[in-house]
Amino acid sequence: MSYGIVTASYIGASVLFILALGGLSQPETARRGNFYGIIGMAMALAATIVGIVTNHHFILFAGLIIGGGIGLMLAKRIAMTQMPELVAILHSLVGMAAVLVGFANFMGNDAALSGAARTVHDAETYVGILIGALTFSGSVVAFLKLSARISGKPLLLPGRHWLNLLLLLAAFWLGGKFIHLSAAGGGSLPLIAMTLIALAFGVHMVMAIGGADMPVVISMLNSYSGWAAAATGFMLNNDLLIVVGALVGSSGAILSYIMCRAMNRRFIAVIAGGFGTSGGVAATDSQAEAGEVVAIEAEAVADLLVNAREVMIIPGYGMAVAQAQHTVSEITRKLREKKVNVRFGIHPVAGRMPGHMNVLLAEAKVPYDIVFELDEINDDFPHVDVSVVIGANDIVNPAAQEVPGSPIAGMPVLECWKGKTTVVLKRSMATGYAGVANPLFYKENTRMLFGDARQSLDKVLKNLG
Amino acid sequence: MRIGVPKELHRGERRVATTPEAARRIKELGYDVAVQAGAGSASKFIDDAYREAGVEVVPDAQTLYWQSDIILKVRPPETDAEAGVDEIQLLREGQVLISFIQPGQNPELLQALAGRKLTVLAMDAIPRVSRAQKMDALSSMANIAGYRAVVEAAQHFGRFFTGQITAAGKIPPAKVMIIGAGVAGLAAIGAAKSMGAIVRAFDTRPEVKEQVESMDAEFLLLDFPGEDGTGQGGYAKVMSEEFIRAEMELFARQAREVDIIITTALIPGRPAPELITEAMVKTMKEGSVIVDLAAEMGGNCKLTQADAVVVRHGVTIIGYTDLPSRLASQSSQLYATNLRHLLTDLTPEKNGAVHINMEDEIIRGATVVKEGEITWPPPPPKLSAAPQQGQAKAQAPAAAAARVQKKAGPLAILLPFLVGALALLGLGSVAPADFMSHLTVFVMACFVGYMVVWNVKPSLHTPLMSVTNAISSIIIIGALLQVSSDRAFIVFIAGIAILITSINIFGGFAVTNRMLAMFRK
Repeated sequence: MSYGIVTASYIGASVLFILALGGLSQPETARRGNFYGIIGMAMALAATIVGIVTNHHFILFAGLIIGGGIGLMLAKRIAMTQMPELVAILHSLVGMAAVLVGFANFMGNDAALSGAARTVHDAETYVGILIGALTFSGSVVAFLKLSARISGKPLLLPGRHWLNLLLLLAAFWLGGKFIHLSAAGGGSLPLIAMTLIALAFGVHMVMAIGGADMPVVISMLNSYSGWAAAATGFMLNNDLLIVVGALVGSSGAILSYIMCRAMNRRFIAVIAGGFGTSGGVAATDSQAEAGEVVAIEAEAVADLLVNAREVMIIPGYGMAVAQAQHTVSEITRKLREKKVNVRFGIHPVAGRMPGHMNVLLAEAKVPYDIVFELDEINDDFPHVDVSVVIGANDIVNPAAQEVPGSPIAGMPVLECWKGKTTVVLKRSMATGYAGVANPLFYKENTRMLFGDARQSLDKVLKNLG
Repeated sequence: MRIGVPKELHRGERRVATTPEAARRIKELGYDVAVQAGAGSASKFIDDAYREAGVEVVPDAQTLYWQSDIILKVRPPETDAEAGVDEIQLLREGQVLISFIQPGQNPELLQALAGRKLTVLAMDAIPRVSRAQKMDALSSMANIAGYRAVVEAAQHFGRFFTGQITAAGKIPPAKVMIIGAGVAGLAAIGAAKSMGAIVRAFDTRPEVKEQVESMDAEFLLLDFPGEDGTGQGGYAKVMSEEFIRAEMELFARQAREVDIIITTALIPGRPAPELITEAMVKTMKEGSVIVDLAAEMGGNCKLTQADAVVVRHGVTIIGYTDLPSRLASQSSQLYATNLRHLLTDLTPEKNGAVHINMEDEIIRGATVVKEGEITWPPPPPKLSAAPQQGQAKAQAPAAAAARVQKKAGPLAILLPFLVGALALLGLGSVAPADFMSHLTVFVMACFVGYMVVWNVKPSLHTPLMSVTNAISSIIIIGALLQVSSDRAFIVFIAGIAILITSINIFGGFAVTNRMLAMFRK
């Protein structure tokens, strides 16, 4: 097959990938979009295998089939609550592949290039491996944190900013060294040293980030995996890789931006890690809690719900932890049968990855047209009779609007307290991830339902009758 | 300890201080509960229902008073010469009495109770702090009074509240003006609104404007600069003369227009302000109705007669002072719950023994007589129920600062572009042509990605991540290019890269497909 045909299929694949992302703009077209993606990938693979690969087909297909088998099995087995973990570990694979391809390319160098072209090529290889290694180790740590194999608490080494800076400078210095040595045919030593540094950097970076910042981290790693692919594309002079890498990279970057905006935090602040360590927190304690919380029983909650006309359910990470989404869905179904208008209000950073709650609710068969975003629904709260907050804290904290000195001041929050009654399901009176006391619990129209979210909701469901 | 609930002595009083449901919960605090036979019959709580809840039913008041350590009542204790019962005489030393007392208006009663060496908690003296809202019986009763006021008005009003267009002609909606948007006023707004009337409300406290508007009623704004009628504890205070003049003009204008006026204006410890003059009543339409919730304190309307319905100049003026009692089941239920919450606070150990903790702001405020000593009035409360103004002020500069930040000068917008352009030029001058063409593709793709991804619905962000993850495994092509190499090590590395990227490709697309299949209407 001629090179022209291969390139033509690459162009086709690029278009299909763009259509795949475009399809995701609506739930109706999303499946078709995914299908486009699959066709694009198949086309690109087929063209490459037929047109370019000349040898070692056995290894190729063995890798493809074994890998594909593992992938399909993973996709089938994974529980929807574990999606963030799966995504994290898949990111790490992209990063690792970028490292491997980079090394293979470096070793298979035919030395045909020289001068500026050589320098550019070496720099591309270097950057590709750097981002790949960073993505790999960062994603592995993110995976470990998300699957609770290691603690989700931020690990804050003393002088960590200096350490990061040092690692960065070392990477630059090694880069110069590598380009210099590579021109003379060597350079593997600085390349390996840099890989190790990048791996350490990735680990260190993600270790310093706490559980609730995970949506940002995951989308950032998503973005990095794209940039790694793009850098590899530059290295291989392959436009398809560049296009896809750029698509994925910018997609991840946008997601990171959306997540940061939803927390009213700067990207750098999240990445630098450690919530509320930057001072200016002292103001929170002065907001002494006037009043006490009013507890409520599951039976009374059921009563409230049945007698309401407008119900808003606000899920958070706690719902995922308690695996309560199916009970929530059952409650929703029953209430809707009783002509109660039930809607869901989703905060962009609810859960551990962008869109986490939506997927859980979809899994539990909650129709997506009653699931709304923060911006769509926040003005409706004055008309809501009962808001049910399930395992969420900071995203419904009025302090974000009322206490200017609060660490979460200015963060957009779901204004459930403007409704008639708010029921908060909570294990205990502990503060949320941000460590900020939540005045919502002390509001006169708030009722607390203590206990495990799943068990409490089961009881509510039983009493709905 | 034993709690006794007597039948109310006051003429026409239908309420009772506890319901079977509340009694059951009070027993959980460790108390024994007894009621006088027939105490709840007027509010539709029969003796058998009390017995079912484990409450002892005692035939006569004497026995009940004698056996009980705590007496729960609605009305203040009084003497009824006709029936030959004197509640004050029935109370014995050391007993705890919890009821409405109105210590400000009834100094003699307070003296008499102190003389009996009692401990008295006045439900109407509970401070208005947010923690005490669950026991705020004044609010519960005001809520009912407001609702009932509308029902009474509807009873005497000869037309619909709601507007309709029928085959028999057009019915205009009734116009209701509510003066004083406290708890009663807001309840009246809600009730009148839900019956379909056009509702307007007036209050001297500007902060209630938002509450009124949240109930879809119109807030009558007085064109009068900067006077705030908010007094201590969220109640209203006396206003200046000019303010009152402007206010009266507003009422005079409204009186000509509206069909129903409900007045709820009260200032604690003072006679009710006269807001509706005889002249205004004269200008009202024939058949209009005035409900005066301040009748007990002299009335907001000049022509109001307490406890009576009178018709003056064609306007029905309702001066009932017992509106909560006219909705006895409901008000008994709320009052009993308020009492129960107070008892819960009085019984921190849940051991059935009252502990009058004078350190507790709420209990201190409610206690008007302690073991024969008058402890009224209490020291001023520390907290106001009204929102603090300082907070709002602190917010304003923050908002202003945010605005300043958003607005960037033209230089700040241009700067990144300039830097970018220079960087590109610098790069272009040294980089090979090949690289520049790839860079073109890269930059364009970034823009395409940017445009496309902004359109993705937030609910699909997780599928977006898994699908981008799958397609970023296009990096497999790099491995495919290398797998045909002659060097075994490179083939090995490329093979591993193919393996792991295939996990990603197949896994990513499959899991995306699985997720998307779940999204349904």
